[in-house]
Amino acid sequence: MQFERLNAPHVRSTASVPRIMLQVLLALVPAAIAHVWYFGPGFLFNLIIATGFCVASESAMMAARGRPPEDALSDYSAIVTAALIAFALPSLTPWWVTAIASTFGIVVAKHLYGGIGFNVFNPAMAGYVVVLVAFPADLNLWVAPRMGDTDYTTLSLVETLTFTLTGGLPDALTYDAVSRATPLDLMKSGLNQMQTVEEIRALPTMGDFGGRGWEWIGNFLALGGIWLMIKRVIRWQIPLGVLAGLLVPATIAFMIDPGSNPGPGYHLFSGATILCAFFVATDPVSAATSTRGRIVYGIGIGFLIYAIRKWGAYADGAAFGVLLMNMAVPAIDAITRPRIVGHGGASRE
Amino acid sequence: MSAPTFDLGKLHGGMRLEARKSQSTTQGIRDVPIPKQLIIPLKQHVGDEAQPVISIGERVLKGQLLAEHYGSLGAPVHASSSGKVIAIEPSPVTRRYGDKAPCIIIETDGEDQAIEAWEDPVDYRELDPSSLMQKILQGGIVGLGGAVFPTAQKLMQATSGEIEMLILNGVECEPYISCDDMLMRESAASIISGARILMHAMSIEQCLFGVESDKPEAIRALEDALSTYDDDRVVLKQIPTIYPSGGEDQLIQLLTNREVPTGGLPSDVGCLVQNVGTAAAVHDWIVDGQPLLSRITTISGDGVLNPINVRARLGTPIADLVEAAGGYTDRAEVLIIGGPMTGKSISTDEVPVVKATNCVLVLSEAPSRERELPCIRCGECAEVCPVNLLPQQLYWHACADNEDKLREFGLVDCIECGCCDLVCPSHIPLTYDFRMAKARIRELEDEKARAERARRRFEAREQRLKLEERERAEELQRQKDRARKTGKAAIAEILKRKRKKDD
Repeated sequence: MQFERLNAPHVRSTASVPRIMLQVLLALVPAAIAHVWYFGPGFLFNLIIATGFCVASESAMMAARGRPPEDALSDYSAIVTAALIAFALPSLTPWWVTAIASTFGIVVAKHLYGGIGFNVFNPAMAGYVVVLVAFPADLNLWVAPRMGDTDYTTLSLVETLTFTLTGGLPDALTYDAVSRATPLDLMKSGLNQMQTVEEIRALPTMGDFGGRGWEWIGNFLALGGIWLMIKRVIRWQIPLGVLAGLLVPATIAFMIDPGSNPGPGYHLFSGATILCAFFVATDPVSAATSTRGRIVYGIGIGFLIYAIRKWGAYADGAAFGVLLMNMAVPAIDAITRPRIVGHGGASRE
Repeated sequence: MSAPTFDLGKLHGGMRLEARKSQSTTQGIRDVPIPKQLIIPLKQHVGDEAQPVISIGERVLKGQLLAEHYGSLGAPVHASSSGKVIAIEPSPVTRRYGDKAPCIIIETDGEDQAIEAWEDPVDYRELDPSSLMQKILQGGIVGLGGAVFPTAQKLMQATSGEIEMLILNGVECEPYISCDDMLMRESAASIISGARILMHAMSIEQCLFGVESDKPEAIRALEDALSTYDDDRVVLKQIPTIYPSGGEDQLIQLLTNREVPTGGLPSDVGCLVQNVGTAAAVHDWIVDGQPLLSRITTISGDGVLNPINVRARLGTPIADLVEAAGGYTDRAEVLIIGGPMTGKSISTDEVPVVKATNCVLVLSEAPSRERELPCIRCGECAEVCPVNLLPQQLYWHACADNEDKLREFGLVDCIECGCCDLVCPSHIPLTYDFRMAKARIRELEDEKARAERARRRFEAREQRLKLEERERAEELQRQKDRARKTGKAAIAEILKRKRKKDD
């Protein structure tokens, strides 16, 4: 009998890149539902627009690079990028802002570097930071969370869609009537106005730990993240590194001066902390690769988040922290290379 | 004694694989009938091909020497049954994935007539270590764990170091394979006896016997055998069932917490590792006078009907073994010699059982044919690497053909266990890529060595030519001088004679 010759090993695990990406998307679903519940349907429109532009620009780039688009699209990584952009953007975002973030992320940050596996920067964060810097005014329109604020006007589905497509609010409504500063913004501006943390935390958009609504999105993101860890899609080093890098200095500062430093719980449940720790920083392509390297990388991001929140001009620093540490990855990888068995170290007891 | 002892070294990475061994361990080891033809490759070991000592047409007996060991590294081969040598010609072999290599073909006569014992069995304890090693060499014994390094030479090499302990490898970490497990269950006493002989040959007083904790029957049998021998130098150690804990260096690390240095040998950390099958073969040869004629082979996988362990004569075609396991199922797709992690996929079942054939695995599907995607640097490969390499970085440098970086990142330390390959979500054939990269580096080194030799040869030639030229010039000068001298003398002589005549 004749047989085909194949290369060992002759077994494979069920892991695959598309499967990993689908698991990540699945892990984001509970938080997405919470997002819509607290901040209205804007998230869904952002998600649809981001997905459309990510997929379209990925197809275009693959075609331009002379490769079949389905080779790239079939790994679903473009959709993960779109989802992360949707999570990063405010619920009320004009479509062109989302489109620019998505297109920049995929075209420049991903494909101009050689496509998946070769990108130095996290595409979602690169796209988000471009619009954050270019259109600061358009990235302010976070609607107030449900049950937070009584004198706040809720936009209907159609009104939200109209805003997304035209950037215009219904007559008689102003930006101030439909949007609220994010908890991190309130904290930053409040502290700048010499308010105490306690006074700021008493505002209606604040919740039990962080911002109202935000903390629940955070809880669901953490749930999804822990599920990804159990499924071994992500490892513990980066999430724990990010959390430690942020919470350790936050706790120390809080213990020294609780009046002008919000506590670790607040940092944990506000802004992009948990999204960043479990879903953004863990993007393997742009992260450090060895076990020790990932801890360093995570701590670096966490500390940068803290530093930007505390001393920077922006209210949150997750995206900047990630991009800055992306740049440090080659250096981290070079320094943290593990010792190969049989090289130096313990031999004869 | 039966309490598991986990006070051991730790292995980085590794994997818990589904064992799939029980399907072949439900029945005892069965003998395979004598095949019509025995195909006995001249090279069934690491080193040089053995040299035939028989001629075509000659009748040979079971146990008769067919080809003697040749060169500094090698092993002899023997006839595994009686019959007529009909050819010495290239035939498909596993070592070459089903391509041909020189073999002695014997048409068996079914009588299975054995030669008289080579010598009267002697008590090995009366032999000094070096003559015991010489005797082991004659038995054709090689490492039966799969590496087939000639055992006698492994012992001789190890004597140059300070060997403290013998390590018996009863760790069969690849899925499906159960031949060592069955051997330990059925011939525990031979293994212990073999270990004692090996200890005598090496003049060492300590033996660690590593067995995976998922082999309770084997452990019981070994404990019984140990209590009969009452030899407290041999200590049974259970180790956790993690692939690839049966690798030589990995087992040493697990049992002794010592790391074999890169490019080094187990003897560098005072250890000598032998597979249990090898130990039993040493016993069979030294005590019973029977050279290595057969081995136990697992036939398993969902491509055969009745997975089983067989004792097969070396030279028996694999097809006969599959027959013994009930034949192929309709879904048989891939034929692998060895385990699913490191086994060789071969093109034909006409290859014979050789000393290395621990398993014949027939699978119904070939999972490694999925499309390769770009590496996403997820690092799963680094998590499972038992040598703590960074396979994703190695892969990067292998693609770039960056020889220096490959060296720096420890390509030579890769044991090709296949773990990284198995977990890779991008389905990159890392093991294959690394094997190719190693081959390329070896080629480059060979080329360098050849260039270096050529350069030296060229320089030597230049020097020689220069020297010859100088010598020639000197010689010419001497001749000229002589000619001048003799010429002058001749003229003087003529003039003298002329003067004489004139006078």
